[in-house]
Amino acid sequence: MKTFGGPVLFLDRSDINTDEIIPAKYLTEMDKEALGPHLLEDLKLEGFSVNGSWRGSARVVVTRANFGCGSSREHAPWALEVNSITCVIAEGYARIFRQNMFNGGMLAVELAKTAIDELFAIAKNGAVSCSIDLDAKTFAFSWDGGSKAVPFTLAEFDEALVRAGGWVEFADVKY
Amino acid sequence: MGKTITEKIFEAHLRDVPFAGTNVLSIDVVMCHEITTPVAIVDLQRRGKDRVFDPLKIKAVIDHVTPAKDSQSAMQAKVMRAWAGRHRLPDFFDVGRNGVCHALFPEKGFIRPGYTVIMGDSHTCTHGAFGAFAAGVGTTDLEVGILKGVCAFRRPGSVRVNLNGNMRRGVYAKDAILTVINTLTVNGATDQVIEFRGDAVDAMSMEERMTLCNMAVEAGGTCGVCMPDAVTAGYLWPFIAGAYPSKKAAVDDFNKWHSDPDAVYARTVDIEVSAMEPSATFGYKPDQVRPVREMPDIKIDQVYIGSCTNGRISDLRAAAEIVKGTKLASGVRGIVVPATPLVYRQAMDEGLLAVFMEAGYCIANPTCGACLGMSTGVLAEGEVCASTTNRNFNGRMGRGGMVHLMSPATAAASGIRGKLTDPREVMR
Repeated sequence: MKTFGGPVLFLDRSDINTDEIIPAKYLTEMDKEALGPHLLEDLKLEGFSVNGSWRGSARVVVTRANFGCGSSREHAPWALEVNSITCVIAEGYARIFRQNMFNGGMLAVELAKTAIDELFAIAKNGAVSCSIDLDAKTFAFSWDGGSKAVPFTLAEFDEALVRAGGWVEFADVKY
Repeated sequence: MGKTITEKIFEAHLRDVPFAGTNVLSIDVVMCHEITTPVAIVDLQRRGKDRVFDPLKIKAVIDHVTPAKDSQSAMQAKVMRAWAGRHRLPDFFDVGRNGVCHALFPEKGFIRPGYTVIMGDSHTCTHGAFGAFAAGVGTTDLEVGILKGVCAFRRPGSVRVNLNGNMRRGVYAKDAILTVINTLTVNGATDQVIEFRGDAVDAMSMEERMTLCNMAVEAGGTCGVCMPDAVTAGYLWPFIAGAYPSKKAAVDDFNKWHSDPDAVYARTVDIEVSAMEPSATFGYKPDQVRPVREMPDIKIDQVYIGSCTNGRISDLRAAAEIVKGTKLASGVRGIVVPATPLVYRQAMDEGLLAVFMEAGYCIANPTCGACLGMSTGVLAEGEVCASTTNRNFNGRMGRGGMVHLMSPATAAASGIRGKLTDPREVMR
């Protein structure tokens, strides 16, 4: 199973597509590691710098609705993975991106809009970190001067994929 | 309670329910291209499982960057080629026989009503035009599909979109789907199949239905689907003639997949197509759509006619009818990309390529190319493209470029004037 948790990168926009997560021109790469430096290269977002301090430190992304829409490219989760970002928390996902995350043994967790709003409000105070208890299905967010526990749910299948390490491992045993 | 076509296809293909809400389906066709498949192939080799579940059910093509543009794309093609060779895949399409997957595979008759189809490509929803369940997946799903012939899905609900009435002159299936996306929004059909119904859909050709279903994913849809009927049977007849005594018998058989009258939908939307106008996108999301006449002053640098959305022969005919006897406006580049070798050949035989060339267009070989900023017409910073493709995301056709999505007729008209132009203004 992958490791989860650490500093949070906040991306305050809905509909961030997989072209923004990893541009198509890098899709001729067959080595996942080579995608790393190009993660979020084409994302235009106020307050976001493609080479900001998040790079190398962030382990969790918190964002808005319909994250990962557009192209089916699994290069998007891979680009996150090789940057050690193994958990995304959002109001919602495009179907293929969500499945790709779980298929690779990573987390794509949905929280209600009100909970996401609250996290963005907390982020205004400075750096936020998130630890993840998969057994208790709880996020523990912490920041300078405070902390907050947020429960989440996972579909049984999605949890099984995370615990198995991915869909290939799961399917190979079962089918 | 009745069932939708999608529910019927799911029931007929259900292999396992490992957990409540998870449906593992057996897959009839696993499609592969060179961008998302090589990593799966290499991973299967690494695991010592370099096998295919059924070589007859795997269809493979090199289409996104072809012929190879550099050493990396050449290596992706090489991996595909070697894999297709050692597994003796009869349906592998390489340079000279290759074309854009979602135009090539239907043309080869690979899709039938009631099929389940996956591919490592989001526009796989195109094949729902045949009354199939066809879904884009990632490389890991593709890898399991290649190895085991199965794929897991949450059972999608269905959004029923009724397209009623007759489309006016200058209005095409592309305008209809842009209007649908505008109505549903970019995530309005997430985890849903969009079921296209209504007399306007019944009247559409298979090529028009493919244009419609192709962009279901731009509204978040898992698949777009049309009811298989006499039009479907007519298109497929060269491939199914041996299986049915008559076209009518085929249509009668297809009826078993049709959604029941009392099927339940998450949502039903009625759209009157006779009220539609030639439309185009603005901004960076495909649901940002408005009539072309409301965008009178948008200058363009390039016209791009092609892609899995609008690179078929009927698209080239519609564009050529407008282009005939005209020239591209000064400073505007025009690129036509017939989606398959057959489309290319037909366009050549019908004199369409000559029409485009006389107007100043470049004719490129079948490929996905510039639609995703790979090759064959990538935009420079600040450039604007009138494009018949499917995504206007920021940077999609090249960093800093702006893409306006529209029908082939609108793109052709825009090329004549050098700015976004309602095709009715230049139609003879």
